[in-house]
Amino acid sequence: MTTARDTVLGRIKDALALAPARDVTVPRAYRTGRTLPDDERLALFTGRLVDYRATVHPCTADRTAQVLAEVLRERGARRIGAPAGLDEQWLGAYDGEVQQDSATIPAPRLGELDGVVTASAVGCAETGTIFLDGSPDQGRRALSLVPDLHVCVVDLSKVEVGVVEAVARLVPGRPTTLISGPSATSDIELERVEGVHGPRTLAVVIRTDA
Amino acid sequence: MSSTFLGMPAPPPRSPYGTGNLRGDRKFPRAAHDELRNEQLRRNLGRATRTIRAKRLDVTGELPDWEALREAGSAIKTDTMNRLPELLEQLERKVTEHGGTVHWARDGAEANEIVARLVQETGSSEVIKVKSMATQEIGLNEHLESVGITPYETDLAELIVQLAHDKPSHILVPAIHRNRDEIRQIFLKEIPGVDPGLDNVPAHLAAAARAYLREKFMTTTVAVSGANFGIAETGTLSVVESEGNGRMCLTMPDTLITVMGIEKVLPRHQDLEVFLQLLPRSSTGERMNPYTSLWTGVTPGDGPQNFHLVLLDNGRTAALADRIGREALNCIRCSACLNVCPVYERTGGHAYGSTYPGPIGAVLTPQLAGMHAAKGDPNSSLPYASSLCGACFDACPVKIDIPSLLVELRHQHTEQAGATAEKLAMRAAATVMKHPKLFTAAQKGAGLGRVLGGRDGKISHLPPPFDGWSDSRDTAAPPKRTFRSWLASAEGAATMRAAADEHRRNEKDGKKEEDA
Ligand code: SF4
Repeated sequence: MTTARDTVLGRIKDALALAPARDVTVPRAYRTGRTLPDDERLALFTGRLVDYRATVHPCTADRTAQVLAEVLRERGARRIGAPAGLDEQWLGAYDGEVQQDSATIPAPRLGELDGVVTASAVGCAETGTIFLDGSPDQGRRALSLVPDLHVCVVDLSKVEVGVVEAVARLVPGRPTTLISGPSATSDIELERVEGVHGPRTLAVVIRTDA
Repeated sequence: MSSTFLGMPAPPPRSPYGTGNLRGDRKFPRAAHDELRNEQLRRNLGRATRTIRAKRLDVTGELPDWEALREAGSAIKTDTMNRLPELLEQLERKVTEHGGTVHWARDGAEANEIVARLVQETGSSEVIKVKSMATQEIGLNEHLESVGITPYETDLAELIVQLAHDKPSHILVPAIHRNRDEIRQIFLKEIPGVDPGLDNVPAHLAAAARAYLREKFMTTTVAVSGANFGIAETGTLSVVESEGNGRMCLTMPDTLITVMGIEKVLPRHQDLEVFLQLLPRSSTGERMNPYTSLWTGVTPGDGPQNFHLVLLDNGRTAALADRIGREALNCIRCSACLNVCPVYERTGGHAYGSTYPGPIGAVLTPQLAGMHAAKGDPNSSLPYASSLCGACFDACPVKIDIPSLLVELRHQHTEQAGATAEKLAMRAAATVMKHPKLFTAAQKGAGLGRVLGGRDGKISHLPPPFDGWSDSRDTAAPPKRTFRSWLASAEGAATMRAAADEHRRNEKDGKKEEDA
């Protein structure tokens, strides 16, 4: 018996025989390998994040703990989740409860948290995008999805200028989430509404010297 | 057994007639006529498409290398089509290596059966769904319902459409034809336990949907999605979205089933650098959509632990077999062409009758499902649902020349429309014209000369495709009637048919015609 697989592949080969390929080489004349000085990258990234109604909190690396504590306090987050690999010092100044995440915690229970703090793998300044790749300091995907507040720590050194440069830094195969502002919909008369299903609030702490 | 192995390629079949959602029940002009009377629809659409158009121009204008990105995108897709068998096999291998299972579906019915079976094997009678053109195209929801599985659409617009027992009318904003008051009414009527005091503020409506769906996300164990891209090199699948409903579906359930058209494969992981720029900017006019998910098979401890990829043909190979139509497969479903189309802006998506509306729908739908001209197929009217103004071509991020494809489809349609009187007459006439002796006989026998000849009875200039013959022969006075109008008349058609019959009889009798 012919399998669907054989049939479909056979049809494709037939199709390519009936209408032979037009030879093509992919022109990659678009901008690649762009760089910008730190201050310009920071300004661009910040501007784009704010456009998306994310809040942005630049700080030096040694102020990470204080800034995180302030951001969480401002939002009234008393109980937060954190991935197992998050730098412990980052939450050193936070006086609320921290639930260290693990795969054994049922994902729906994450809804009981006020928020979550994660690190990030890569950033893209031009589009205001943060990339999470499931590394130990970022945790499983549900962790940054279910709670209503996501506080994401980004090292400026990991922020690339454009999409091309940022994609080049990804490790293929990892479960990767690109985040550009909080979740949003424009489905009702194209009026933008934040926070449909993912976090309603995205706060980005940018460590300018890390 | 495929004919490939015999060395004789056979034209691949279109999506089977009467299945899925690639065909409306009325021809475009009639459907459009009715939709044009819908003032509300026109207002909503006009406002929506204007807004997206303006945003798109802003953010594409921002990139000095936009044209270079389009060139790259177009070439990557062409390269993909050229190497489709190899890329799909590579994708299959990579997904399998990472713990996923790959299924192949010849058509929508087969894909529906595969998905239903996979859901049944999990023991669940519900699935949550990410907005997906492919599953809409094959009518998956209807099939699941018919076997007792309840599908829940989780994209806000798709949810509105589903609750209203309606059909989507736009690729990107499926409920673009509804306003806030209508949506409020739909929610009040259809969402169990909704606050009866719900008003029409979009934020409140979205919150009502959030509350309703959150419970589904947390409790449903199976999700069904489409895919924007499937990367052959790494086996990575991708969904691009805004609301987080996609992330929920792709992350929370135990089992994920992704239905992907075979044309959605991309060769390299690097290619994302092009399409992650082209798609959001063309589609919503944003620099980047809020969420993009990339996943590769299964990841222990993170997300669904069972992953199935269903690769769907359903007429795509038929489109691929068409030298010109193949280009329509490059479409990345951004919907930019809809938003710039003056015809779409006035008629809305429903008039096209297909999951794929607008300019690309007018091309892709007949490619996938065919135009059965003789049966009064609504799809045969789609190539005419355009003013050929060219705005869609300019807007398309992968440079699909939609106007040329429409013209080609019109040509194919007239070729196919063999049953019409004019068509028969033209075909007969062509035969007659190729054989001067016959032509003379026809002239004498049935008065063709009377029609074509001037007062002196000589043949004058004939319209194409016969001009090559007539121009090199007699010159004479202009005809009393145009050749075309005569040919289209019953008399003309009968004459030509009679002449052609005579010709065939002669050939059978072995009387070879000699050309003058
Ligand atoms: S044809 Fe081009 S413009 Fe239209 S939806 Fe497809 S990719 Fe977008």
